[in-house]
Amino acid sequence: MDDLLGEFIAETRETLDALAGEVVAWEAAPEDRARLDAIFRFVHTVKGSCGFLDLPRLERLSHAAEDALADVRADRRKPDAALVSAVLAVIDRIGELTDAIETGESLSDGEDAMLIAALAPGAGDARAVTLAASSPSAGPRAVSRSIRLPVELLDRMMAGVSDMVLARNELARSLRDGEGGDGGLGIEAAFERLSQCIGEMRDAISRTRMARIDTLFSALPRLVRDLSADLGKLVCLEVEGGDVELDREMIEMIRDPLTHIVRNAIDHGIESPEERKRAGKPPVGRLRISARQAGNQILIDAIDDGRGIDGDRLVQKAIDAGLVGADQAASMSWSRKLDLIFTAGLSTAREVSAISGRGVGMDVVRANVERIGGLVDVDSRPGAGLRLTLRVPLTLTIIPALTISLAETYFAIPRSAIEEIVRRGGRAVRIDRMGGGLVASIRGERLPLVDLGAVLAGEPGRADERAILVVLKAGGGERYVLGVDAVHDHEELVVKPAAPGVMAAGIYAGATLPDNSRPMLLLDVSGIADAAGVAAGEEAADAPAEVDAAEEELLPALLFRDLDCVERAIGLALVERIEDVPAAAASRSAGRMRLAHDGRILPLFGCGAPLPPDCIRILRMNDGTTQLAYAIDSVIDIVSIGSAQGMAAEPGPIAGVALVEGRPVELLDPYWLFAEGVAQAVSRETGPLCLIVDASDPWTRQVLGPLVSAAGYRVAFQGDEGGAEADVVIATGSAPPPLGLAVPVVRIRSEVQGRGEDDDSIYRYDRTGLLDALRYRIEARRASGRRY
Amino acid sequence: METLFLIASIAGQRVALPAYHVESVVEMESVTPVPLVVPHIAGLFALRSRVLTVIDSLAALGLGRTPIGGLMQAVIVGCDGHPYALLVESVEDVVRAPRPQPPCAVLSPEWARAARGMIEHEGEPLLLIDPAALVAGPPAIAA
Repeated sequence: MDDLLGEFIAETRETLDALAGEVVAWEAAPEDRARLDAIFRFVHTVKGSCGFLDLPRLERLSHAAEDALADVRADRRKPDAALVSAVLAVIDRIGELTDAIETGESLSDGEDAMLIAALAPGAGDARAVTLAASSPSAGPRAVSRSIRLPVELLDRMMAGVSDMVLARNELARSLRDGEGGDGGLGIEAAFERLSQCIGEMRDAISRTRMARIDTLFSALPRLVRDLSADLGKLVCLEVEGGDVELDREMIEMIRDPLTHIVRNAIDHGIESPEERKRAGKPPVGRLRISARQAGNQILIDAIDDGRGIDGDRLVQKAIDAGLVGADQAASMSWSRKLDLIFTAGLSTAREVSAISGRGVGMDVVRANVERIGGLVDVDSRPGAGLRLTLRVPLTLTIIPALTISLAETYFAIPRSAIEEIVRRGGRAVRIDRMGGGLVASIRGERLPLVDLGAVLAGEPGRADERAILVVLKAGGGERYVLGVDAVHDHEELVVKPAAPGVMAAGIYAGATLPDNSRPMLLLDVSGIADAAGVAAGEEAADAPAEVDAAEEELLPALLFRDLDCVERAIGLALVERIEDVPAAAASRSAGRMRLAHDGRILPLFGCGAPLPPDCIRILRMNDGTTQLAYAIDSVIDIVSIGSAQGMAAEPGPIAGVALVEGRPVELLDPYWLFAEGVAQAVSRETGPLCLIVDASDPWTRQVLGPLVSAAGYRVAFQGDEGGAEADVVIATGSAPPPLGLAVPVVRIRSEVQGRGEDDDSIYRYDRTGLLDALRYRIEARRASGRRY
Repeated sequence: METLFLIASIAGQRVALPAYHVESVVEMESVTPVPLVVPHIAGLFALRSRVLTVIDSLAALGLGRTPIGGLMQAVIVGCDGHPYALLVESVEDVVRAPRPQPPCAVLSPEWARAARGMIEHEGEPLLLIDPAALVAGPPAIAA
């Protein structure tokens, strides 16, 4: 295809996606000039390009729309629903024609004239025309396989490649030299550098695969508008978190499930205005779609304030359909009942409608999301609303996993499915035989125990002999315990689909090549549950406990003994793993504890008690971007706790106190830890530059400098290079400030008392005062825009 | 028209494989077993950071099983986008031969499923084996 034409199609399509939302927003607020201008610009651009590329039909359409919009801009015409519909219809048509140009199909031009006529003032609603025009193209649209990238990212990748070539050369030279003798060190360093380059490259490349979830959300306003108009409902859509980034493939994969969820919410969830009034709700229903990142997952919430799902009615339908037995239903927990909406062939909608009753049910939504390694959670309050949460992994290809082994064979289990790992023989673990099967009781909670060996070899279970028990949560909500021989390592694995013959076994999710380059299979947690016959219904046993839990949100937390022998707890979700490191790896440098581990330096926190002399046990924590370590004495248990009750008086490592089995236990504040960890990581490169005058005084160099540096500033001394770019100056006593520098000056004095009223200097051991003054002056300077 | 064939031996017989499908011939030492799969999948093998599925050709034909261990010869083929390593007893040569003929012998049902004809090489008839048939394995036994 002609390059120019290809460019035009790509650009038009990209703008189209964003524009549908704009038009709807413009309808809601007709006086919004910015939106009107954006739409006008689009049709104007299309018109211009079409004239240039000789596409007369597109030109006619865009010209007509441009004329109508120009009238509105010039206040000759008021925008109304009919006009918006007509403009939308034209924009849709432009999209269809663009697709047709790309695929080389032909579209009949019969409706073009109708669309143009609908733009005229006083014309009827264009809705009929829209539907007639767009119905033939309802088939799957060929997704364009090209992407646009910021040039900056491309530059970064190119630079990365150059670095890699250099590192390769360096490695080659070291290898050559190494043959001569000394070897060893040089090669290792060169290899380190190459590894680092590859790591950076991997980051950059995965960035190219990322796209803002906005590309998915931008279609929603239009969808909601059309649906609510069709169904005679009033819906206010709130979209949040559009800047969250997600793998492009992943966005395509969740497009259909999300659309379906929105359809469901408007069709079945949100009631008609009259019904809402009767129920004492505002006539306008609310639908909130939000996205956020949590660790390696993206959470997409769809919350509506409609009638929700009635779990009991769902159960009744399931019983009628013969899917559930009546006695089984009686013992179901609320969440189990709600999970029934994911059962094929069950719907609570009283009548099948044209909008969502198309045979695509929530079972398909769940299947689609699970296919990409995600989960769907549902929570409903009948009469008050429904919340659906899609949890999807950040990327398709690289997943964090844990390696386990059974005899000599290694397997990987996705981290997202693992709830906890316990060792058999601990106080809290008990294994019982029951009717030929095994039950593991972990802290009083009973779960079916599955022996991986039995699943793989089809032999009777020997799970009571396995050393390690892994508590798993499968996608379908089944929870069970898997008995394995050993747990090895946490790795980020590049997972590829295995051969069909291997996948046919039903218990593998893919194949991967870990560091030791022996191929390994990724276990499919749901598949194993199926193979072992763990039915989702077995959860009924702990149903009463779940009902209790619903009253207060309980979070799993890790209870540990801190170095000062006090029991403390931290939210389990943030703890990546528990490790033992040699004490020599920890060091106090530049005023902070740091830990050299796995080739990087992590901020190390602790309660303040001295570190043990030989071996430190650490909690590795990860919030998705920052890693840090917290030194502890030993792990006690995993407990469920409510939110912190007594909040700490001032920010610090302790967030507050929570009750654990009736005892008050201090809760660590992960927010504070990560904030500190980040501050440490950035301060070296990006902190404001602080120039210290009077470099000859050893006090300034050895006492003041480190203090200022530890607070996150870069420090320069008078006479150093780069001092001229200082953001703030600290001068001691009466030393004159450097000439020619237009920056704020903080003066410090060695006497406790100031000399008089107008003495704004600060006592040199008043740490808080000094740091406050530095911050205040820098902020004041930024606010005033360098007026000093 | 002449095409290329790889001559290997499976189950004590010299057979020909279409060279067009063959990526390479390797010697494998360690095969990672895969539990709970059809018997003709002998395991996984890593070759140049790719994971290959190892096919036991003997089992795929339904003629027994190849003992796994020691150095093993394998022919690497691609099938439906997945790489496979077909275990063979030995690999002889790549030869040029004219277009295959229908086999003139009455084949046993095991061989008949995998055979796609016969070629002649230095006066000797060789059965032409379809790698995809080996990958697919023996027909499922009805339960």
